[in-house]
Amino acid sequence: MKLKYFAWVRERIGLAEEDIALPDDVATAGDLIVWLKGRGEGYAYALERDAFIRVAIDQEHALHTAPVRGAREVALFPPMTGG
Amino acid sequence: MISVRISGDPLDLAAEAAALGSDDDTGAVATFLGLCRGEAGRLTGLELEHYPGMAEAEITRIAQAAMERWPVQAIHAVHRHGLVGVGEPIVFVAARSAHRDAAFDAVRFVMDFLKTEAPFWKREHLLDGTTGPWVEAKDADDRARERWAAA
Repeated sequence: MKLKYFAWVRERIGLAEEDIALPDDVATAGDLIVWLKGRGEGYAYALERDAFIRVAIDQEHALHTAPVRGAREVALFPPMTGG
Repeated sequence: MISVRISGDPLDLAAEAAALGSDDDTGAVATFLGLCRGEAGRLTGLELEHYPGMAEAEITRIAQAAMERWPVQAIHAVHRHGLVGVGEPIVFVAARSAHRDAAFDAVRFVMDFLKTEAPFWKREHLLDGTTGPWVEAKDADDRARERWAAA
């Protein structure tokens, strides 16, 4: 599965994207965030306010309760500030 | 008809207005232009990061929702990414319809959802040449979007 990060989430993690093998106990986007937070300081810092982090699954907005298994691409990012 | 474009280059407003097109049943065109503010001389510009692919897809979904809600003939939207100088356009949205209400409402609806749902993130470029903080999302933008749920 490809993970993409944007804005300060990208900067704090130190990567724009990466490929991961999803652990068996990760079912939802919320589970994915919790698992990522355990992968190192940058991840923990980027995702510390995890309820604040927005998720897109295969380029569509999704809730933290949405299943990620079978997704090709999951993106994590801060609230958007376009326009 | 919906057309959406994300541009790394400055916008040519005449060309964007022409991209909306028209036909013999068009009686109204409404447009919105969003510019980069200088914030009282603090900024030289804004840097806009976007999620390629999803940015186009999300604005298209928002425009589709507007076309389902109002009798609009066409919507054209274009949004900048990259470095945008103070005074330059960031976003242009246009809609056309037989009568003005639908075009006005559709443009405002697209902008209100685009602000909070389209995957763009702004960061400030400061007068002293340094890069400032990421712009924080505003509650007022969430309220502007929520107005349409009640309408």
